[in-house]
Amino acid sequence: MSIYAFIVAGWLVLAGLAGVVRSRDLVHVVVCLSIAQAGTYVLLLGIGYQHGGTAPIFGPTTPTSAAVVDPVVQAMTLTDIVVSATITALLLAIVIQISKRHDTVDPDQLRALRG
Amino acid sequence: MTQLPLIAVALPIVVACILLIVGRYVPRVVDVIAISAAAGVVGICAALLAQTGQNRAVTWVGNWRPIHGHSVGIVFVADPIGTGLALLAAVLITIALIYSWRYFDSVEAHFHALMLLFLTGMVGFCLTGDLFDMFVFFELMGAVAYALTGQKVEEPQSLEGALNFGVVNSAGAYLSLMGIGLLYGATGQLGLAQIGTALSGRSPSALIVAAFVLVLTAMLVKAAVVPFHFWLADAHAVAPSPVCVILSGVMVELGLYGAARIYWVVFAPVLPGSDVRRAFLTLGVLTAILGSIMCFSQRHIKRMLAYSTIAHVGLFFVGVAVLTSDGIAGSAIYVLGHAGVKSALFLLAGVLLNRYGSVDEYELHGRPNSGERWRAGPLFLFGAAGLAGMPPFGTGLGKAVLEDAVNTAGYPWIIAIFVITSAMTGAAAFRVGLRVYFGLGPHSEPPAEEETTGQDEQRETQRLERTPATMTGAVVVLLGVGLLSGCWPGLNAAVSRAAILFVGRSGYVGQALHGAAREPVVASSSVGWTAIGVGLGFLSLVLAVCLALLTLKVLRLPALAARTGGPIREVMAPLHALHSGHIGDYITWLLVGVVGLAALVGIPLV
Amino acid sequence: MSRTTRQIVFLVAAAGLGVLLVLAFRGLPGFGTTTHPYRDLAVAAALAHRAPNVISSVNFDQRAIDTLGEETILLGSVIGAAALLRPTREMRRASPPGGGHVLPATRLVGYFMLPLTLLVGTDVVVHGHLTPGGGFQGGVVLATGLHLQYVTADFEGLRRLRPLSWCEAAEASGATAFAAIGLAGIVVSGAFLANVVPLGHFGDLLSAGTVPLLNIAVGIEVACGVVVLLASYFRQALLLGPAETEKESSR
Repeated sequence: MSIYAFIVAGWLVLAGLAGVVRSRDLVHVVVCLSIAQAGTYVLLLGIGYQHGGTAPIFGPTTPTSAAVVDPVVQAMTLTDIVVSATITALLLAIVIQISKRHDTVDPDQLRALRG
Repeated sequence: MTQLPLIAVALPIVVACILLIVGRYVPRVVDVIAISAAAGVVGICAALLAQTGQNRAVTWVGNWRPIHGHSVGIVFVADPIGTGLALLAAVLITIALIYSWRYFDSVEAHFHALMLLFLTGMVGFCLTGDLFDMFVFFELMGAVAYALTGQKVEEPQSLEGALNFGVVNSAGAYLSLMGIGLLYGATGQLGLAQIGTALSGRSPSALIVAAFVLVLTAMLVKAAVVPFHFWLADAHAVAPSPVCVILSGVMVELGLYGAARIYWVVFAPVLPGSDVRRAFLTLGVLTAILGSIMCFSQRHIKRMLAYSTIAHVGLFFVGVAVLTSDGIAGSAIYVLGHAGVKSALFLLAGVLLNRYGSVDEYELHGRPNSGERWRAGPLFLFGAAGLAGMPPFGTGLGKAVLEDAVNTAGYPWIIAIFVITSAMTGAAAFRVGLRVYFGLGPHSEPPAEEETTGQDEQRETQRLERTPATMTGAVVVLLGVGLLSGCWPGLNAAVSRAAILFVGRSGYVGQALHGAAREPVVASSSVGWTAIGVGLGFLSLVLAVCLALLTLKVLRLPALAARTGGPIREVMAPLHALHSGHIGDYITWLLVGVVGLAALVGIPLV
Repeated sequence: MSRTTRQIVFLVAAAGLGVLLVLAFRGLPGFGTTTHPYRDLAVAAALAHRAPNVISSVNFDQRAIDTLGEETILLGSVIGAAALLRPTREMRRASPPGGGHVLPATRLVGYFMLPLTLLVGTDVVVHGHLTPGGGFQGGVVLATGLHLQYVTADFEGLRRLRPLSWCEAAEASGATAFAAIGLAGIVVSGAFLANVVPLGHFGDLLSAGTVPLLNIAVGIEVACGVVVLLASYFRQALLLGPAETEKESSR
């Protein structure tokens, strides 16, 4: 089925967001957000794939005339991984401070901002 | 090809890094260096705006010019509306840095470096013509904004606000990335002009509708359109006031700019305008109504201002939704006036917090002493009048233009929404100003169960005995910007021309991809003050003042009307409960919004 | 919303989104297709600029401003995390936990692996335009390799190995270097981030113009940035927060 890879990507995104909605722990929330991001990597890499293509790095083993997969999506994925990792770090820093101030990381018990 | 857009992007990065390296050794000069850098970007954007007066300035980064309409590089297309927004961002950052001169402790220059990086993100976002590049600068704006929002780490609520902000905006950005992937798979391009060219001529399919909805999700989350808006009140309640100025004054409006730009260049040739108009109008009207109702019922001053931003964003979105150049022109003027007025109100709220230690309307009842009352009180009421759309404020002019545009587009009933929204948001601001500074109205009420009061906020600076001149000066300048944007000669004609360039898709593509020459911009008539517009502006003002005086019990109504208090409170309770502060709720509503928008756009196409 | 309501609403919305996504995926060209127009242009441009690693060429030459934005995000996040995790007035500094008992064999492995890992990291950074890897990947290897000292020895050893103020300055310098190379492009050839350094021979270490230079700048920035980030977390883990100090004093 030629859309199987994309369905995996869609599932990862939805599962990640489901994790955020159901979560009882803020660290779990941040990690689920990374999982949702991972779905987008799978989508991008799946779009760029070519049957029989090899990695887009030329050298002694890959002549410049060989068929390669799409390098642009790989560059985009690289950018996204860096972005996601750093924002995860930032969100985890916030979670650490929350745990120090509130002594809990359960979203159900953090009710200071409402209305 | 002018390199000014790229210098405007690179300069704040270089200065931020210099501040990080030397900041700990020369702490007193950090403020000056940061303000000079921001002022430098103001100058560069102004020069760029002068260049783009009649035309767009196209720059292919790294000289990767297009051959036969194809290129591997990234293009920056600076048109007057984008450059104007970049200029507004630079001006607001400069003023915010002046406001925080010497009063905000910035350990090792972190605050100033973050503000400069925020400026880079905003300028890059406004000027770029590549979809993935827009996403990168969007994430830059986001990351820095989360850190700036959570700056007051000693206060537990500010961390919650920053986390809600971070998780919701990141989820929106990741969904957008899926949309970008879908567009890349369908067209093989990443530049706005290239994708638009590849899509034109196709018939709308599930793929295109899905890509449209997903890509716009991040923009609408940033713009805090209902039901993506839940993060904004939490973030504004806790962020330091200079940061609130940037968030409300320009960052939220950039989300609308992104949505409009992506629609016009990429999707206008392929999605039927009537469907998109209906979908956008629904969301815009919903946002305006919900925002104004929630705004009026807040006692936390910064949350009140945040909800009024949401309400006005609904009105800006309606201006975009009519899909004409007059709508864009009206929204642009309205955004400019709103930025000045709203930023001034936030800074005044910040002064209240730093002097009296609270932003709760009831706790501050009549607290300012007589000097502060007659210095800041009139400024606050002046800002409230601007919020209500009194002529000749820029907000009034924008409202007048938009009322005319929706009437021409065939939706005259939306004029009532404009009047009601400006009246309610203005009334809330009048009520706060009169109660806090002049002591009108009944004394404290116990806070309802589902409300955040402003009593637990911590000061942002040392306790201030007097309001420093830099803070008052910043407020006055901002109110001046709000006022002059409505009556500066020639501004409305320039914005009309800019709006025509904004919606001119073929010109955009031609200049970006084929190096086409400047096109003559013919404006049949320019937008401006109309008699009806002026009348409606004064009507909103009068309604706002009356509503405020009614709530303050200065004006009395017959007993019949007074008995509506109870039922109103019963309706409001579930609305307040909906804004629960729980991150799971916010993400659920995000998904509901995505599916709702897809249904609004897609089902008529089936 | 109550927990159950929230889950039900979410399931309905997610189902709707899932249906939309599946319909969209069916409109995409099938998985493994051979038409990739951007790829053909990118490969040709990379070879014209003598860069065997096409991904590095796309990241640092063709779409370099995306990478400038991305490394600025890294810079902003590291500063932001450092600002968020800064020690505040209420937190008291505790002495760092003394290293637990570390087997001599573990220590030996650390002594061998640390220089080896740093060398591998440097290789990944410097050869970014020739082999898989580049500034970001190599920078992360360098930073985490440095923390082998923490894993196999103790925290004090790590502290001695990475003077924090130098790392912060180096991170900012790396970011500045990237932007400065871009601005130098304006001075030399009138375009920001243009590839103005001589291109050399295909496959040489000094080839592909500015790509290796930008890789090294990014490598320094990422390595030092991740070190600073982890240092902020370590510092926060060693300080006692207010909740814990109450427990301590009541013991």
